[in-house]
Amino acid sequence: MAPGLLGIEGLDRAEIESYLHRAKAFQSHGASNFKKLDTLRGKLLVNLFFENSTRTRTSFEIAAKRLGADTISIAASGSSVTKGESLVDTLNTLAAMRPHAIVMRHSASGAPHFLARHLETPIINAGDGMHEHPTQALLDALTILDHKPALEGLRVAIIGDIIHSRVARSNVHLLSKFGAQIVLCGPAPMLPPDLAKLAPGVVLTHDIREAIDGADVIMMLRVQLERQHETPFPPGDYFRFYGLRPEHLTLTRQDTIVMHPGPINRGREISSEVADSKRSVILNQVENGVAVRMAVLEKVMGVQAA
Amino acid sequence: MIRICIKNGRVMDPASGHDAIADVLIADGKIAAIGIDLDTTGAEIFDATGMIVAPGFIDMHVHLREPGMEHSETIESGGRAAAAGGFTTVCCMPNTSPVNDSPVVTTYIIERARRLSPVNVYPIGAITKGSLGEELAAIGAMKQAGIVAISDDGRPVMNARVMRRAMESAKAFGLPVINHCEDLNLSAGGDMHEGFASVRMGLRGIPACSEDVMVARDILLAEVTGAKYHVAHISARHSVEMVRYAKARGLDVTTEVCPHHFTLADTDILPYDSNFKMKPPLRSCFDVEAVTEGLANGAIDVIATDHAPHPGSEKMQEFERCPFGITGLETAIGLSLEQLVHKGRVSLMRMIEMFTVNPDRILKLGKGRLVAGAVADITIFDTDRAWTFDINKSQSKSRNTPFHGREFRGGQVAAIVNGRFVWRLT
Repeated sequence: MAPGLLGIEGLDRAEIESYLHRAKAFQSHGASNFKKLDTLRGKLLVNLFFENSTRTRTSFEIAAKRLGADTISIAASGSSVTKGESLVDTLNTLAAMRPHAIVMRHSASGAPHFLARHLETPIINAGDGMHEHPTQALLDALTILDHKPALEGLRVAIIGDIIHSRVARSNVHLLSKFGAQIVLCGPAPMLPPDLAKLAPGVVLTHDIREAIDGADVIMMLRVQLERQHETPFPPGDYFRFYGLRPEHLTLTRQDTIVMHPGPINRGREISSEVADSKRSVILNQVENGVAVRMAVLEKVMGVQAA
Repeated sequence: MIRICIKNGRVMDPASGHDAIADVLIADGKIAAIGIDLDTTGAEIFDATGMIVAPGFIDMHVHLREPGMEHSETIESGGRAAAAGGFTTVCCMPNTSPVNDSPVVTTYIIERARRLSPVNVYPIGAITKGSLGEELAAIGAMKQAGIVAISDDGRPVMNARVMRRAMESAKAFGLPVINHCEDLNLSAGGDMHEGFASVRMGLRGIPACSEDVMVARDILLAEVTGAKYHVAHISARHSVEMVRYAKARGLDVTTEVCPHHFTLADTDILPYDSNFKMKPPLRSCFDVEAVTEGLANGAIDVIATDHAPHPGSEKMQEFERCPFGITGLETAIGLSLEQLVHKGRVSLMRMIEMFTVNPDRILKLGKGRLVAGAVADITIFDTDRAWTFDINKSQSKSRNTPFHGREFRGGQVAAIVNGRFVWRLT
């Protein structure tokens, strides 16, 4: 299998720490007077997005450009996929043009894992269905570490549509490896009991107040209507029971931070007041996304011969 | 007149309980004699020393894909794969294109098989027109044309009223009803067994209860109608319990299990490899244990493969886009020996019974017995030879199996149909 980045689950603590360490060094490159690096000069990155994305795709492009790489971004709707080409053929075609890595987002869980078995080119998973979103977990960890001294011992509440969330899975794997306590919270149909076995230190609750009690970090998730075959929870009741509102913040400590991988739906899983409050680090997450993806691209593309 | 003498094998016939080293003399497509010191003048001698000589194995659940999907399999290639798997008889499910819901299609299959298949092929007709679950198919006319059971395999009959009518009709025509039990509302969108493995891989689940609720419904309907009812490819532990319950009540209810369901669990799935994707899905280790126990205690009657060929173009895709199903004809005996006999879960005689006389009792084919005077359909296999399954040498047109490269201890050696060798190990 080509060395890429498919998920967090298979990484060990040292590998994650090394990504975070490099990302920290790249954080300063976000300043307006940054100097473009030439680490990846002459290297080509293909961004292949079979699902819509604003932040992740832009973030990977900016990260690649800051490292001096050339990037090409392809959206599936404008590609030969609409002519009936299979995923393997699309990837083989792109790989034949010799990019140094392919960043890929796909609506099918495991699509990049399946392709990695058939492809030499390293694949970086930018989100596969309901499975993993490794760079999101890395940038979330970096953001938490901007506000907290360590991940170990933190209590992190992840609230929302857990079953359909690749962000939740990647975060659970990462945070658990560093000894954080994780509380997963959501409506019963979005929170199957087997989630508790995902990693050590995970507990489940259907009560948002219980979830945020004593939390150092609150991560809110969007309800992924596009992944549902049904309406498992009355939409009108969702904000009432699982929307994070100002009265919830009064139950938490002053230093509890609120995160969201975006896109946020104001008035659905998070109130405008909370999203725009001082507790919210949502835009820090976006900013850190570039630094983390620079670290990942440097590792994945830098090791290869040009 | 072709004469064959199978010398010195361990002849095992579950129907009679016969189990002894003997010679089997075949003449004119029939078993002429079983015994020692037989007159073998002019006979071809097959030395079966150290081998088991059994009634021809019957696989009552295969997909031959013809008519309509000949790029996946044909009656000829599927028949060859069956022979190479040690089977002498297969029953093909009706989900072809067109669906086998009329005597025309039934006759087509039977005629094609007569000309091209090395093994006996008995078609199973559809329960409903187009297997759409709405209007009953021409069950009586298909019976006259040669079907041996009805099933909408792959498309469960969701409407309980339609199922009741199908059972009444099947009973009147003396046919068993075979159902693929899956409540489509409960399983909607699912790609693998619902459990920790599906949660971990981010794949949608097919809960065990989607099977259980339909097995429960059908058993109740079988009692109401008095029909002969057979649960296809049972996989869930509560379903096995319910079949046991139905039998205890004296109902004419039977079931089959596929070798992959007593061999692999959901945790054995190679991540996102569609060669592990089928319906019902590979279930939990508790279900694997329950079906194995069901084979041992008699709750389960038959081993059937659900041989479901799909071309590489359909299986080389994202897991959730791949069709369900794996091939199984050539690995069935090897897996049964490995999981059931070598592990001491069932006796060799019991294993043979589940491949021969038991499916025959359900389908009334007049086969599955190794006695003088019977049609000479014979399966010869061994129990200790080491061999490795190589999909590249498969007789099937398709390659979708999770068992490529698996090392087996014991397996098929030869298959004889109507007194002729149709396959021999080379």
